[in-house]
Amino acid sequence: MDISVLVKSIPDPGGDTVLGDDFLVRRAGDGTLDPGDEFAVEAALQLAEASDGEVIVITMGPEGAAAAVRRALSMGAHRAVVVTDDALRGADALATARVLAAALRHGPFDLVLAGVESTDGYTGTVPMTVAELLDLPSATFAKRLEIVDGVARIQRQTEDGYDVVECPLPAVVTLTAGATEPRYPTLKGIMGAKQKPLETLGLSDLGLTAADVAPTQRVVGVEPAPEKAAGQVVPADDTSAARIADLLADAKVL
Amino acid sequence: MSRVWVWAEVGPDGPSPAALELLTKARDLGDEVAAVALGPGATAAAAELGAHGASTVFAGDDEPFRDVLARPAAIALHGLIAEHVPDLLLFPSTYDARDVAGRVQAMTGSALMAGAVDVPAIDRARTQIAGGSLFVDVALEGPAPHLVLVRPKSFTAEPADGAVDVRTVEIAAPAEVPAARRVERHREAAAGPKLEEAKVVISGGRGLQDPANFRLLDELAAAIGDAAVGASRAVVDAGWIPYSHQVGQTGKTVKPEVYLAVGISGALQHVVGMKGAKRVVAINKDPDAPIFRLADLGIVGDALTVLPALIAEVRARTGS
Ligand SMILES: Cc1cc2nc3c(=O)[nH]c(=O)nc-3n(C[C@H](O)[C@H](O)[C@H](O)COP(=O)(O)OP(=O)(O)OC[C@H]3O[C@@H](n4cnc5c(N)ncnc54)[C@H](O)[C@@H]3O)c2cc1C
Ligand SMILES: Nc1ncnc2c1ncn2[C@@H]1O[C@H](COP(=O)(O)O)[C@@H](O)[C@H]1O
Repeated sequence: MDISVLVKSIPDPGGDTVLGDDFLVRRAGDGTLDPGDEFAVEAALQLAEASDGEVIVITMGPEGAAAAVRRALSMGAHRAVVVTDDALRGADALATARVLAAALRHGPFDLVLAGVESTDGYTGTVPMTVAELLDLPSATFAKRLEIVDGVARIQRQTEDGYDVVECPLPAVVTLTAGATEPRYPTLKGIMGAKQKPLETLGLSDLGLTAADVAPTQRVVGVEPAPEKAAGQVVPADDTSAARIADLLADAKVL
Repeated sequence: MSRVWVWAEVGPDGPSPAALELLTKARDLGDEVAAVALGPGATAAAAELGAHGASTVFAGDDEPFRDVLARPAAIALHGLIAEHVPDLLLFPSTYDARDVAGRVQAMTGSALMAGAVDVPAIDRARTQIAGGSLFVDVALEGPAPHLVLVRPKSFTAEPADGAVDVRTVEIAAPAEVPAARRVERHREAAAGPKLEEAKVVISGGRGLQDPANFRLLDELAAAIGDAAVGASRAVVDAGWIPYSHQVGQTGKTVKPEVYLAVGISGALQHVVGMKGAKRVVAINKDPDAPIFRLADLGIVGDALTVLPALIAEVRARTGS
């Protein structure tokens, strides 16, 4: 079973941040693999290992995004595709979905996995837009995923428990944090990753034009939210319990 | 003339609270307000949707709207959009609504904004970043309708006058459209008041050290009475407590009278789910924990020492 995994590169949390005139946050240094996407990479590796399949990781981002897919390769993914293009700076959710859908059309797959929401964007809608563009069924918020007789069987998180969902393949499935236990890349994995195929594509390689990825939304203002007046922060002592109880009584909940 | 629609989720108990909140806001924004409710119970919920401002309710009661994930609903919604061309479509931030909105975006090519905390105009949405310290205003452009996913409790539901016209929506998805189907439902048994409704929410994080210590939070909640136990994602992911207790960006949004954060650092993804609380009490052993910036009362110390004393104090005062 061949699986494509959508992984996002996020700015290295250690890098310096600059807020540009266009309100886009820029950060120095390479990107890192969004930790929220490692659960999907791990799930893909397990399914591929059990079926002799291949895992392809796909990302759209700046050039530094290659660092993110390299981490997935060092975990064990077989190949990587990085879509990068100047026209994609500031791409919104729709543009991102169009690019990822076009990249997926490039190669055959039995299943597409993604994270539920990205750490820095958290739109949480990109994978569904991709599914619709590719005319595929989908299931989001999977906290467990198995393939039984060619059908994906998923435990889907709900507000008050979970549903069991069955989904025909090929499909797009998003995995929650904690769905799997992502492996750490081994030294051998890290060295091996350097030899693995990493394809870099531009918009035109995907048959897309700048018009296809023109943003539909624009940041027009940033302003500080009203700050809450500072409260009292005190060291714990014998009066702590009484202080908290006084506050509860004051709020009329005791 | 502006048309504002609300994606209204309905359950066995009627419309979701979010549907009524969004309709209340929609009245401010649109000359014509409609709700789209798809799934069993939709027609029955129409009167209450009307009583919150929908002059038209597009209602479809077919079971596949509920049992088949996203696709039948997205196809039917897209059909309605193509026919009536609303300017703005407001969605709640639930999993199902997110799925429908994402699919509809692919069909319409519209702007989609998630995580909105306000919708100042039919072509504007406001969100918060950097731990809630900054508001970001976004202009929505491109083809109608603009799609906006609004965070829970961003608006207060208020009833309105007016008659409602109910129009029946038939399932439009061809049977052969491959889609995921719900085959089983598992609900966790919950004791005590619901997290979103309790007057007091007591949430625990990794600072509680051990899952067994959540018992202290249960005891405190029982002693207070109208109180529910919440949690950070760190401890939900670690399996200490079920996901239904998670407060934050990917969990529940609560606005209690008092929020007590115990052993929680105050990461921005947690904070967005609780910063609407009237008062915040934090217990944390690290004086620099970001949660203290939100706290009306912060106690710097070991939660495992403070909690038993607090339980005893509350019991003494309430006689429980
Ligand atoms: C996309 C995304 C979505 C997310 N969604 C959510 C969400 O919905 N909800 C959520 O909560 N998080 C969410 N997170 C995770 C969030 O970023 C934090 O990792 C998480 O909230 C941290 O949980 P915590 O405060 O329990 O743990 P930590 O950050 O580890 O904090 C533990 C705290 O306990 C204190 N402590 C330790 N020992 C004691 C003691 N004995 N007594 C008192 N205090 C003690 C420490 O000083 C520390 O401040 C999300 C993250 C991402 C990337
Ligand atoms: N630029 C991107 N490149 C690859 N995958 C992405 C990208 N943006 C989003 N995704 C995928 O979509 C998921 C949800 O992201 P988002 O909708 O941005 O919250 C992520 O966890 C990724 O799996």
